[in-house]
Amino acid sequence: MELFELPAWKLGKMMESGEVTAVEVVESVLSRIEEREEILHCYNEVYGEEALQEAEEIDKRRKGGEKLPPFAGIPVAVKDNICVKGKDITCSSKILKGFISPYDATVIRKIKSQKMIIIGRTNMDEFAMGSSTENSAYGVTRNPLDTSKVPGGSSGGSAAAVASGEAIVALGSDTGGSIRQPAAFCGVVGFKPTYGLVSRYGLIAFASSLDQIGPITKDVRDAAAMLEIIAGKDNYDSTSLPVKVPHYSTMLEDDISEIRVGIMEEYNAEGVSEEVIEGIEEVIDIFRTMRVNVKSVSFPHMEYALPCYYIIAPAEASSNLARYDGVQYGISEETVEDIRELYRKVRTSGFGKEVKRRIMMGTYVLSSGYYDAFYLKAQKVRTLIRHDFERAFKDVDVIIGPTSPTVAFGIGERTADPISMYLSDIFTIPANLAGISAISIPLFKDGNLPVGIHIVGKALGEIDILKVSYKLEQELKERGLYHGI
Amino acid sequence: MGYETVIGLEVHCQLLTDSKLFCGCSTDYIGKEPNTNVCPVCLGLPGSLPVLNKKALEFALKAAIALNCEILPYSHFYRKNYFYPDLPKAYQITQYDIPVGRHGWIELPYSHKRIGITRIHLEEDAGKLVHPTKTGRIEHATYSLVDYNRAGVPLIEIVSEPDFSSPSEAREYLMELRSIVQHLGISDGNMELGSMRCDANVSVHREGEGLGVKVELKNMNSFKALERALNYEVERQIKLIKSGGRVEQETRHWSEPEKKTISLRGKEEAQDYRYFPEPDLLPIYVDEEILESIKSDMPELPANRRKRFVSMGIGEKEASIMVIEKSIGDYFEEAVKYFGDAKSIANWILGDFLGELNRAGLEIQDSRVKPHQLGRLLTLIKDGTISGKIAKKVFSIMFDTGDDPDEIVKREGLVQIVDRSEIEKVVEEVLSANPDAVESYRKGKANIFNFLVGQVMKATKGKANPNVVRDILQKKI
Ligand SMILES: [Zn+2]
Repeated sequence: MELFELPAWKLGKMMESGEVTAVEVVESVLSRIEEREEILHCYNEVYGEEALQEAEEIDKRRKGGEKLPPFAGIPVAVKDNICVKGKDITCSSKILKGFISPYDATVIRKIKSQKMIIIGRTNMDEFAMGSSTENSAYGVTRNPLDTSKVPGGSSGGSAAAVASGEAIVALGSDTGGSIRQPAAFCGVVGFKPTYGLVSRYGLIAFASSLDQIGPITKDVRDAAAMLEIIAGKDNYDSTSLPVKVPHYSTMLEDDISEIRVGIMEEYNAEGVSEEVIEGIEEVIDIFRTMRVNVKSVSFPHMEYALPCYYIIAPAEASSNLARYDGVQYGISEETVEDIRELYRKVRTSGFGKEVKRRIMMGTYVLSSGYYDAFYLKAQKVRTLIRHDFERAFKDVDVIIGPTSPTVAFGIGERTADPISMYLSDIFTIPANLAGISAISIPLFKDGNLPVGIHIVGKALGEIDILKVSYKLEQELKERGLYHGI
Repeated sequence: MGYETVIGLEVHCQLLTDSKLFCGCSTDYIGKEPNTNVCPVCLGLPGSLPVLNKKALEFALKAAIALNCEILPYSHFYRKNYFYPDLPKAYQITQYDIPVGRHGWIELPYSHKRIGITRIHLEEDAGKLVHPTKTGRIEHATYSLVDYNRAGVPLIEIVSEPDFSSPSEAREYLMELRSIVQHLGISDGNMELGSMRCDANVSVHREGEGLGVKVELKNMNSFKALERALNYEVERQIKLIKSGGRVEQETRHWSEPEKKTISLRGKEEAQDYRYFPEPDLLPIYVDEEILESIKSDMPELPANRRKRFVSMGIGEKEASIMVIEKSIGDYFEEAVKYFGDAKSIANWILGDFLGELNRAGLEIQDSRVKPHQLGRLLTLIKDGTISGKIAKKVFSIMFDTGDDPDEIVKREGLVQIVDRSEIEKVVEEVLSANPDAVESYRKGKANIFNFLVGQVMKATKGKANPNVVRDILQKKI
């Protein structure tokens, strides 16, 4: 086994015991990048030299007898929409080209204080708008499991990096499924925390009321540990929740017999592929054998989630992306007639097609005369969807369903048809609208592309879904449905 | 047939909080190097988020209470979306459907008219554009610079009902409003420096007819400018209607040098601000407890202070003037502690003192003459050490040097002469030097008497006690 194949918790222990050094871990990951990056294109930029320097520093301190945090020296990939001080940040958009962040996002401050090593910034759909990482101004990312397939999106670079061993863990952001769906496509674990559990300060906003940063990891244990590191109340984010972060990783092996498991009734709806349905049924069977009572739960407003999302998210985005005007940073134009021409030129050449589409949709639904019919109504639907979950969570503690209706699809297959692309997030979007927690864990069967198993929990129900998915992960291993890398 | 005028005002006041509305940057930006009083939040850098300054909310609530508003237990922020280079996020965080307070009123100090307050809300200020040309105006510039030092400074916007029927009423309101925010300690209300800004809506109509078309006026940077601009605009509209024209709904800009209003943009370019609730901020809840603690901490307001000043023995008009600027009222009250005759103190402040301040271009709080020194000066007059006339001279020296009046009187030898024999000697000299004057006085020209008093005063360099001089002259002549 190569070092880059191992999860962070194992590497952390090995480094602590002196079995391996941080330099060896970083070198292993860098060599993997050397080997695979040209085809996969997970990264917009790799900080190889700096990463090695930091690793040397860590090894020196450890040798000096210093006790370092458990993840000290673990290479982490960061989605290119999370600000790292002194580094370029582009959101995979041309419009931000050349912009260097003068500050660290709160999550970056936290991972730096853990002495984790930022190995690079990962490719994504422009401004996190997309489900395939094909909407990047810097080229597509390929699925490491099958390079003819997309890695999912928008955190496709992060998911592909973790899946390929080009990173040990990664940070992504999830507005409608952007962590979970690429994790499902690439066969890794993706976690979207409860809205407000992780600070958004320093995450470049797509849709502020939906965005949430979360980890992409090789296994559930790493997801729990990463969540512990990045979660917590932040005074720089008014929407961050005033809660004490539990020690998730020490609770994983706790008994789950008290946890009530629900199965989303709509898992086999039209458009869900055969292999995905089979995957879910496999999971149902696992729980039955474990003598866990599995209950079916329904979501009457499920079909409205997608249209509701495609009003609220673009509305917020149209406002959030208005600041990219060529005045302060990013690309600009030297000679223009007036300020309007500057705006027009910069925004015309700087934004890609999908971003423009969503800005236009968002501008439209907020316009006077349309606001009530679209935006306000969507907010009401959002409340109904929230109520669906509240009702369901009276009977169950976690809800299981597919992460995405299909496994990874082919590159170019859906680019011409935005609706088919949007449908890829139909199962993940409701958790964002409701602001609750959710995870995707992979199920591998018969050498096929993995199926993402989606486990949704209550608001601040992280511990329940982590415990259930940890157990499920163990059972999948037992049944040979688990595939490390 | 006459015309009636309808005016409403929108006033913005910068709040005197230590930090900006949504970040930790200072609100003290004036005179700072451009773009040095900034951070990722007020620059609207990607990824930054606003966090509400609770002090600003408290200040806004204070204003709402002072303006007799209904305080809403729940309100929230909205985004007002528009593109302009001084607006770093391309939206302003402001309030929309539910402001901090609404349905208030204010009573004007002179006319005692009650003016309705429609609403008062909290919002952030924008940056400032600089057009590097001789005129400083955008239409002459080939490029513009932007300074974000001011971006994010907290503002309250106070919208009045269209209750003013004349420009002078509008001015009276604005002065009272400034006095209120000064007394609350929430804004310095300086129009010249832009910490208080005023836009007006003006329309005229024939008596007995429906309301006319509203024109918005901007860029009035002083009380005088406001009144001038309103007068100009009212006249312009009346003339236009009389000549058969039609008033356009538009925004007009007051040009102080040209003394006229200029059309800025018409209705056809009216913007759609696409307001929607700011998702980065939580709703604002104002519970009874917060409200009670603010109410219990309210300072005295101008209306009450005026009444109190009158009860101290000064005229209503004097009391009003003294309250227009809070600092003058403060000075007055402090000086009264050292010299109990409020009326004399008021006369001195409103007379010589304000005159000197105007000449020197100073505010009363910056004067070298401290309240206890003014009190002492008046004590010296009262106990006969110096005459009122000499006191003016002493005050002038105090104003320039900040020295104590006793020291000046001693140094300059200005102690009043009360010794009768000494004055008698001077009177005799004056009488013998002015035989003609004495002659004409005796022939019945009574006002010559004052001339002779003056001559004696002059000869004693003003130091003789004028009452003693009169007494002796009367007897000698
Ligand atoms: Zn700031």
